[in-house]
Amino acid sequence: MNVRLEINGLSYSYNENNAIDNVSLKIKEGEFVGLVGPNGSGKSTLLKNLYRALTPDKGTILLDGEDLLKMKHKKSALKQAVVGQENEVPFNFLVEEIVAMGRSPHKKLFDFDNSHDRYMVHHALEQVGMEKMAKRNYQNLSGGEKQRVIIARAIAQESDLFLLDEPTNHLDIGYQIQVFDLIKRLKVTVIAAIHDLNMASLYCDQIYVLKDGKIVLHGTPEEVFTEENIYNVYGVHSSVTKHPITGKMAITFLPAGFEKDKEEVV
Amino acid sequence: MKIIRINHRKSFNREDPNMALLILFLLLAAIATIFLATGLGPVSVAPDKVTKILLSKVPGIGNNIAVTWEQLDENIVLGLRLPRVFLGMVVGASLAVCGVTMQALVRNHLADPFILGVSSGATAFATLGMLFGVFAFLGQYSLPLSAFIGSAVTIVFVYVISRIKGRINMTQLLLSGVVISMIMDGLTSIVKLSAPNALGLHNAEFWMSGSLAGAKWAYLRLPLIVLAICMAVLMINYRNLNLLLLGDESAGALGINVRRFQKLLVLIASLMAGVTISVSGKIGFVGLMVPHFTRLIVGSNHKKVLPVSALLGGILVVWVDVAARMIIAPEELPVGILTAVIGGPIFIWLLKRNTTGKQ
Repeated sequence: MNVRLEINGLSYSYNENNAIDNVSLKIKEGEFVGLVGPNGSGKSTLLKNLYRALTPDKGTILLDGEDLLKMKHKKSALKQAVVGQENEVPFNFLVEEIVAMGRSPHKKLFDFDNSHDRYMVHHALEQVGMEKMAKRNYQNLSGGEKQRVIIARAIAQESDLFLLDEPTNHLDIGYQIQVFDLIKRLKVTVIAAIHDLNMASLYCDQIYVLKDGKIVLHGTPEEVFTEENIYNVYGVHSSVTKHPITGKMAITFLPAGFEKDKEEVV
Repeated sequence: MKIIRINHRKSFNREDPNMALLILFLLLAAIATIFLATGLGPVSVAPDKVTKILLSKVPGIGNNIAVTWEQLDENIVLGLRLPRVFLGMVVGASLAVCGVTMQALVRNHLADPFILGVSSGATAFATLGMLFGVFAFLGQYSLPLSAFIGSAVTIVFVYVISRIKGRINMTQLLLSGVVISMIMDGLTSIVKLSAPNALGLHNAEFWMSGSLAGAKWAYLRLPLIVLAICMAVLMINYRNLNLLLLGDESAGALGINVRRFQKLLVLIASLMAGVTISVSGKIGFVGLMVPHFTRLIVGSNHKKVLPVSALLGGILVVWVDVAARMIIAPEELPVGILTAVIGGPIFIWLLKRNTTGKQ
């Protein structure tokens, strides 16, 4: 399989302390890669460096073998699409106008919208089940609907590498599952910062664990999500079992009073 | 596949005829405005007379029109009113488009063309020129030129202060705009307090309040060129303007070089604001209200917002200017005072209506 994204020795600091420190990782075509870790561990910062909202202090990023930092913004936008957690737009746009913005990296300065653009916008809305909402005002949608529109925009962008920055952060469980199912079905390469370890376990092929800006663990969900690792990273006791239906690791967190080692002593 | 596409095109094009109709309607309204407003003033000239006078100057058909009007009427129409009406159109369109640009730049509905302190800088320098003749060496155009220099100086300061690590920091941009305009306002007050002549003070005050009274054909050229160029650049970049409303990060992820584009917008907005203020003083509220009103009609897509707000802005300023010269004729009110007095309550009404509608 081809390597889509290769990061080597990436560092970035907001002030004196490195928010991400010498991070290296590789993402192969078709993989669903999860970035997990405590608050402030650098997941978002890493993604922002990838989608060029921040410029790294050190290190290299190769996208399809090409230096991302020297690439034209338009070209990188054709290769990768971003779905973030905050999608408030303080101006009134129609749903279809928001989705049509995903077409802009395909457009040159004097281009008009053509039938392919309109087709892609419609197609993208269909994929997320929002085609009936095309003429609605984006501002009046619920959080889950907004997130689906943003995913539709990423689909309309026709990029096959998705960068997801905690895309289900403010959503209830129904929408969380819906959003991840939708993205999984698209069969694109994904790198996603995910807060919820069970979600990461359900959907990811590879997990990178960040702590204090460094990658401390890397592997499949089975390798990474062990009771010991979770305690070391989050300081929380848990019980991890392989779920009989999904075959994935299911993590149950244990509040004070239920710690396992206590039980063992008793 | 083919069927889907055809159906689909229909559903998408449904809006476009409306848009064409709206633009056509506004263009006709603008032309009608020019003819009607040219006749109105302390000395009114009937619309049919205005039409004849104007047509007589058109090469080809001009010779066929019999002269049924007095020379005085022609002088009023061609020498006084027409340049004033055209200037009103250009100024109004510039202010509206400038407002749209500023609002996209700072991603806020409440931004207006003068938010970066351009007006304060222009006022300070123009007052200095009017009261002390500091810029007398610039000759006939010392007033607009000194105002322009003032706004340019302000923008350079604001821009330099707001740059951090080579990119514009929006908070710093707004704050330095506020601070620089305070400094410039202070300067203006000092100049006014130590003014040697009362008439100069009155003139300066009148100009600062925003007025088209001194309009000459020669004042028209620069604002018109600037408007045409800026409008063209903005229309070419309408997709990028839309993306900018999503926020810096999303805009960057959708393929625009945000830093470079923001610099371009600062340049365009300050050029338009500076040139406009130099010929008409500070006409407030137009740059705030017209974009807002336009968005209520056509949404926020800049492909629609830019042309519609330009036309609306032009028409609005011309009519408010008609009111300015009619209300206390033969005296004149500064048009900027009227836009504030009329525009303020309308804006509050819009604001209230919007928020109550949502709840």
